[in-house]
Amino acid sequence: MEEIYAKFVSQKISKTRWRPVPPGSLQTAETFATGSWDNEENYVSLWSIGDFGNVDSDGGFEGEHQLLCDIKHHGDVMDLQFFDQERIVAASSTGCVTVFLHHPNNQTLSVSQQWTTAHYHTGPGSPSRSSAPCTGVVCDNPEIVTVGEDGRINLFRADHKEAVRTIDNADSSTLHAVTFLRTPEILTVNSIGQLKIWDFRKQGNEPSQILSLTGDRVPLHCVDRHPNQQHVVATGGQDGMLSIWDVRQGTMPVSLLKAHEAEMWEVHFHPSNPDHLFTCSEDGSLWHWDASTDVPEKSSLFNQGGRSSTFLSHSISNQANVHQSLISSWLSTDPAKDRIEITSLLPSRTLSVNSLDVLGPCLVCGTDAEAIYVTRQLFS
Amino acid sequence: MEELDSEPTVTLIPGVNSKKKQMCFDWGPGEMLVCETSFNKKEKSETVPGCPFIYIIRKDIDVYSQILRKLFNESHGIFVGLQRIEEELTGKSRKAQLPCFLSLQDAPCSCCMSFHFCRLVRVSKNYRSVIRACMEEMHQAAIAAKDPASGRQFSSQVSILSAMELIWNLCEILFIEVAPAGPLLLHLLDWVRLHVCEVDSLLADVLGSENPSKHESFWNLVTILVLQGRLDEARQMLSKEADVSPTSAGMCRILGDLMRTMPVLSPGNTQTLTELELKWQHWHEECERHLQDGTFASSPHLESLCKIMLGDEAALLEQKELLNNWYHFLVTRLLYSHPTVKPIDLHFYAQSSLDLFLGGESSPEPLDNILMAAFEFDIHQVIKECSIALSNWWFVAHLTDLLDHCKLLQSHNLYFGSNMREFLLLEYASGLFAHHSLWQLGVDYFDYCPELGRVSLELHIERIPLSTEQKALKVLRICEQRQMTEQVRSICKILAMKAVRNNRLGSALSWSIRAKDAAFATLVSDRFLRDYCERGCFSDLDLIDNLGPAMMLSDRLTFLGKYREFHRFYGEKRFCDAASLLLSLMTSQIAPRCFWVTLLTDALPLLEQKQVIFTTEQTYELMRCLEDLASGRPVRGEPGAQRLQEDIENTKLEMLRLALARNLARAIIKEGSLEGS
Repeated sequence: MEEIYAKFVSQKISKTRWRPVPPGSLQTAETFATGSWDNEENYVSLWSIGDFGNVDSDGGFEGEHQLLCDIKHHGDVMDLQFFDQERIVAASSTGCVTVFLHHPNNQTLSVSQQWTTAHYHTGPGSPSRSSAPCTGVVCDNPEIVTVGEDGRINLFRADHKEAVRTIDNADSSTLHAVTFLRTPEILTVNSIGQLKIWDFRKQGNEPSQILSLTGDRVPLHCVDRHPNQQHVVATGGQDGMLSIWDVRQGTMPVSLLKAHEAEMWEVHFHPSNPDHLFTCSEDGSLWHWDASTDVPEKSSLFNQGGRSSTFLSHSISNQANVHQSLISSWLSTDPAKDRIEITSLLPSRTLSVNSLDVLGPCLVCGTDAEAIYVTRQLFS
Repeated sequence: MEELDSEPTVTLIPGVNSKKKQMCFDWGPGEMLVCETSFNKKEKSETVPGCPFIYIIRKDIDVYSQILRKLFNESHGIFVGLQRIEEELTGKSRKAQLPCFLSLQDAPCSCCMSFHFCRLVRVSKNYRSVIRACMEEMHQAAIAAKDPASGRQFSSQVSILSAMELIWNLCEILFIEVAPAGPLLLHLLDWVRLHVCEVDSLLADVLGSENPSKHESFWNLVTILVLQGRLDEARQMLSKEADVSPTSAGMCRILGDLMRTMPVLSPGNTQTLTELELKWQHWHEECERHLQDGTFASSPHLESLCKIMLGDEAALLEQKELLNNWYHFLVTRLLYSHPTVKPIDLHFYAQSSLDLFLGGESSPEPLDNILMAAFEFDIHQVIKECSIALSNWWFVAHLTDLLDHCKLLQSHNLYFGSNMREFLLLEYASGLFAHHSLWQLGVDYFDYCPELGRVSLELHIERIPLSTEQKALKVLRICEQRQMTEQVRSICKILAMKAVRNNRLGSALSWSIRAKDAAFATLVSDRFLRDYCERGCFSDLDLIDNLGPAMMLSDRLTFLGKYREFHRFYGEKRFCDAASLLLSLMTSQIAPRCFWVTLLTDALPLLEQKQVIFTTEQTYELMRCLEDLASGRPVRGEPGAQRLQEDIENTKLEMLRLALARNLARAIIKEGSLEGS
């Protein structure tokens, strides 16, 4: 079993994100950012897992993550993304979107840019605006896209003071998360179980495509796109189900996998090893899904928390003329290959695991039990 | 009413002179509002400016300590784990993981009992290690503190935590491990060694110096080692002394031999207590002989060590400074005079040690009373004294819960509420709920209070401010998991209400569907229809088009969904489907009366199509609807704008009548010719 370091930090963690490593470098992840929520004062913090000698002044041990710096954040941190090496974009429950700049020389964070009323409600009959929580943010330098409870989509540019593009009433319900599909296209998920594709080249406030779960309108909370195969998308829902979609075909998910017992808060494909997928949930669990087919018999890897999962439905079968090697292991419907190994990564059930991030062999997650867990040997 | 155990503490409200002014207050969960009032004083009060503030008084300030938050969070995990062990034992949990349990359903075998007991001891040790970790961090914070005031505050917290750990450890030895005579003393020795730990730094200091035996604290160190029963280390120190001073080398060797030969109970040894007692008696006599022979007469240090090893009370009391406290004195005294003390006799030695040690100079402090109660095996007294002395409920709640799991508290029921365990857990959990962030931890504590936990949770959970939908979802999940339907409904309603206020009708509808709140769904549907009438187009189509079975929640919602379906049919040029749907909306009475005009107007373009869409049958139905509507309208001849409105309506009706008549004619011809052919 890989080693997991836990540290209690006296604040409920809503988001954890690795700082990206410079492209082409051989460095491994060593810095991550966290955001807190539901505190009287919330913070965006930067942590390092680098070595500080054996035992530092804090009494911590080698391998435990250390606080580098933090800065007060107005409202709950609803989402957090690294814009580049130095800049972090934070979404606030006050509807504000802030870009924080990290100064590595003196280890401080400062506000470099802020859009204070990115998301807001307009009450009936009154011109006054009340703030609406911004629920999701995604960055693709130089663009920043935010979504919120007000059903609005904003497109910002780091060097522009005003939003470059705003889609009002993009959604009748709350937008929960957003991600880039291809450069001018984004994907959003909402609280009535819909996955919408938006194209910024198109005018108007209509999505270019709507995909949805049938029937129960179960809210979707998170979305991630396969890093290499851009048509493969994973979403997590309120019932803890993992859905895999092929956005090229059909309006329904390719497969629904029974997963957690409560809301799935985040889903992430491994950026460089996309046969691996990670999910975390309100039920306090953190799972590692391994769909790689080249690994021989792995039942020995099963541990207490893990369990095998079966596909509940295959609504769409792949076309036979698609070349075999192009089929993602996530879309495969060959029963012999349907085995996905699932491992539970946390030693014991805790309160909700709100966020996770993977980079290389490193994983970080944050919980409502005010602990941050880090492992550096995911695939050992 | 019972008499008070201690005087209640007085909290002074700054700025209010309580002798001259009156105050009023209001209770909150874990908090109190206090402000100055001029109740019953008619004049004068205006002349003297009062205190303009409302104060919030918090009962449980420890909850707000950053470092103690780690204690609360980490111990929460241990607490939940402990409750799960219990569920496994009683077979509540379906996945019993104990292999030896599979064969036995009800009566756990002895090996299981001891296994269970080992787990309880481990749980207790886990709790203690969390306290220790917290203490460690608090200590670091005290050192790093920038101003002396906060440094003092941290230091006092350290001493409180240290006392907690001390009490917990003793309770663990006496109540949970239930060590028998023999091992009992070994445990007590460990207990003292763990809590009088200055000796280790002293040891390092002395050994680190150039000439250890000439170090100013050398003899103090040796004495402490002997007092703590660390005789091997004491012997090594003596050999250092022997190396440098040949005159006392002989004496040191003899004393060292005595130390080496002192019979002790070792865990792996099979010797009986009687054997041990016999051996110990021989050894004791040998020590006594050496003392009487004056073997160590020339070295007062060695002689006093020998006296200590004989359990000489006067010699021990001379070392008061080094002993620090009476319980150290007690354990040392037992070690050298009653090594096989029985648990039942402990309280007697404890009381006399306390009396001897304090010597009437000072009175016992709360900590002394608590420890004494523990030595008397009076668990309830321990918990009561702790509740009074400690500033938070964390300690007593968790300790009581653990002791309850050891089946030590069954007989005790309070005259109010439930039993003591539950009472303390409820107090602790309520304190957590008063905190803006720690409330999530409180939920699990309420869950494990069988009697009043559920109602408490219901009352508390409704008072959580729902700042974002995400937070609301977390609260909802808590309620849904526990089938708290009333709370689920109320939370959804709050969110739906908020959404309406923010003009987010789609969101509002989603929430009322989730709450299965028909009345509110009707209200929101009406808003949708009104907006349609005003703007001529629907908003939030992504939601309305995908209502599915949820449409059945309320008649109005069904109408909204069906009406939108009519528009879709029309848009797709499925005129016949559209027509029959439109008609059925009116004939089945789903459509509200006020909307009929709109529906009939919607029928106009269908009536004007080239091909005949409404059959004669349908046209008659439409006409009946129209006449129903017209006859139901009050006829009033008022002037002005209303008159104008009425005129427009009348024109509309006339147009409809005309269109219907024409359609009827066409339909009769068509149907007649079809039948005729």
